Amino acid sequence: MLAYAVKRIGLGLLILVLVMVAMYAAVFLVPGDPATVALGPRATPELKRLLIERMGLDLPVWWQIVEFFRNALTGNLGYDVWSNRPVSTLVMEALPNTLILGLTALAVALLIGVPLGCLSVMRRGTLADAVIGVLSVGVIAVPSFVVAIYSLLLFAVTLRWLPAIGAGETGDIVSQAKALVMPAAAIALGWIGYIARMVRASMMEVMGEPHIRTARSFGLPEWKIVSKYALRIAIIPTISLVAVGLGSILSSAVFVEAVFARPGIGKLITDAVNTRNYPVVMGTVLIMTAIYVSITIAADLLIARLDPRVRDVFRG
Amino acid sequence: MSGSLAASDLSVRYETPHGAVHALRHVDIEAHPGEVIGIVGESGCGKSTLVTALANLLPANARIDGSISYNGVDLAKLDAHRQRLLRGDEIALVSQDPMTAFNPVLTIGDQLVDFQHHRKDLGRAQKRSRIAAMLGRVGIADAERRMDCYPHELSGGMRQRVAIAAALLTDPGLLIADEPTTALDVTMEAQIIHLMRELRREYNGIIIVVSHHLGVIAELCDRVYVMYAGEVVEGGEVDAIFHDARHPYTQALLACDPARFHEKLERLPTIPGTPPNLTQPPSGCVYAPRCDRAFAPCGSVAPPLVKLSASHVARCHAVTP
Ligand SMILES: Nc1ncnc2c1ncn2[C@@H]1O[C@H](COP(=O)(O)OP(=O)(O)OP(=O)(O)O)[C@@H](O)[C@H]1O
Ligand code: SF4
Ligand SMILES: [Mg+2]
Repeated sequence: MLAYAVKRIGLGLLILVLVMVAMYAAVFLVPGDPATVALGPRATPELKRLLIERMGLDLPVWWQIVEFFRNALTGNLGYDVWSNRPVSTLVMEALPNTLILGLTALAVALLIGVPLGCLSVMRRGTLADAVIGVLSVGVIAVPSFVVAIYSLLLFAVTLRWLPAIGAGETGDIVSQAKALVMPAAAIALGWIGYIARMVRASMMEVMGEPHIRTARSFGLPEWKIVSKYALRIAIIPTISLVAVGLGSILSSAVFVEAVFARPGIGKLITDAVNTRNYPVVMGTVLIMTAIYVSITIAADLLIARLDPRVRDVFRG
Repeated sequence: MSGSLAASDLSVRYETPHGAVHALRHVDIEAHPGEVIGIVGESGCGKSTLVTALANLLPANARIDGSISYNGVDLAKLDAHRQRLLRGDEIALVSQDPMTAFNPVLTIGDQLVDFQHHRKDLGRAQKRSRIAAMLGRVGIADAERRMDCYPHELSGGMRQRVAIAAALLTDPGLLIADEPTTALDVTMEAQIIHLMRELRREYNGIIIVVSHHLGVIAELCDRVYVMYAGEVVEGGEVDAIFHDARHPYTQALLACDPARFHEKLERLPTIPGTPPNLTQPPSGCVYAPRCDRAFAPCGSVAPPLVKLSASHVARCHAVTP
């Protein structure tokens, strides 16, 4: 198990390096002078040179990469070229909002999707199963920014139940929670359907296995068979799906943050790209990739814990 | 509590896309407390279908006709909830394959605690000590530690013992073992048979053992039903069946090579020909195409069940009391 964890973490670090190399290569290959794009065609040459120096774009690309990682190891992700504030501070300010949004959406999706999947299995072949099935497929098909825009129109503009923009007043939990409802729901909705389908499909497979018949032959109630005997096995593919999907949850957070003008990583990256603020782009991408890689590793280790057969393979 | 079991005119068909498979047709069997009943027959003749119907665990595509009464109660007339309450309390089924019978991600102890859910009077600790005692009784050393094992950490023979222990824990009036030794090697098989012989001495409910191993049946059972293509073709005391078989199919089975009874066989000794297609069962005797004694009525008229003695019956035109 430990050897496995070490191997996965090593692989994760490698991915991190590759992503950053690709990012630098992209900047290097993008046509046009970033300083001109950022400052406009009428900026003075001195100003342009200053900006290029600040972003380190005058150095060879490979050296930029080495410098970037050398600094990153000491916790220095560079400085915002406009405000001169440390990128790490900017990311740390924005990150909690995005993580709260993503994790709330995920928690909501799991808390609703898994029971719906179980219910489908317990009532398989009935109207309830069919309704859950149709709704699931329906919500999977709707992109989250569409949900975001329509819910914005309905609940914020027409009904005025929820705030339209922002992340709520700092220090005011109720207003923050209210501001979270729509963005989280917009991201979660499709995932509820996704998870419900996934749980149902893997559960139906498990329900055909002989050990389920054994549990039945001892007269265990159906809810217990579904929620304990089948779910423990059926949840494993769902966990992998969710872990891989977290990347996509975070990227829908980027869109949804834009719709709700909600401060967060999404807004940070979009603004930075628009103003060619490369240090901010690089630092933010590094942090987001690191988070993504850690989540995937954590999911794999969790799967190994849940399934004793997998656990033994890693032990041996 | 233990009572008598009787199935009468029991038929089961499986609905499939290729038409209905008439897996069981007009079967009558009975069993009384203290008896060990054997069910024997070629692969596919409906043995598992019969015992699964008795345990009320048929798959969703099965349609059942006729009646099964246990302790005077008609099981088919009970609602789903009552049927479930009976399972694992009065009726326990030890399934055919010990390799896949247990949930792979839960420990043995955890599962066996759950299987005692009918015993609302016992706490978790008490249930665990019952398990330890029962595992010891079926010959598992170091029971306390084994309880915390996952199924894949136990050998096949050990899992089969656990399966038997699980069934006994519920103190059932009717214990059904569907091919308890088929998946095991010869040594393990001998040990499990030994275990079951010991159990039958102290157990006063009904035991039904399904096997295609004639030796197992001869060693364990009081009475035997011989099945062929979904029908019971002969039934009677073990002695009567092994020494005075009257149905041509039973005779053919025994004639194959009685000396091989004690060997481990993958299937029953082979008889020339194949059993009929159960999608369209023949109108006459099911055994007619393979029977060397077939005569005029056999191909068109279904033979009656002929009573040869108090317990010995055979379904054949050629048999006379
Ligand atoms: N769920 C099902 N759907 C359709 N046909 C089935 C189903 N289960 C069993 N059958 C068919 O019913 C017949 C009887 O099967 P059954 O499993 O009862 O035989 P068996 O005597 O137990 O055989 P074996 O010795 O191989 O275990 C077979 O032809 C089988 O293919
Ligand atoms: S009824 Fe006829 S075909 Fe059938 S077993 Fe008897 S003799 Fe053979
Ligand atoms: Mg069988």
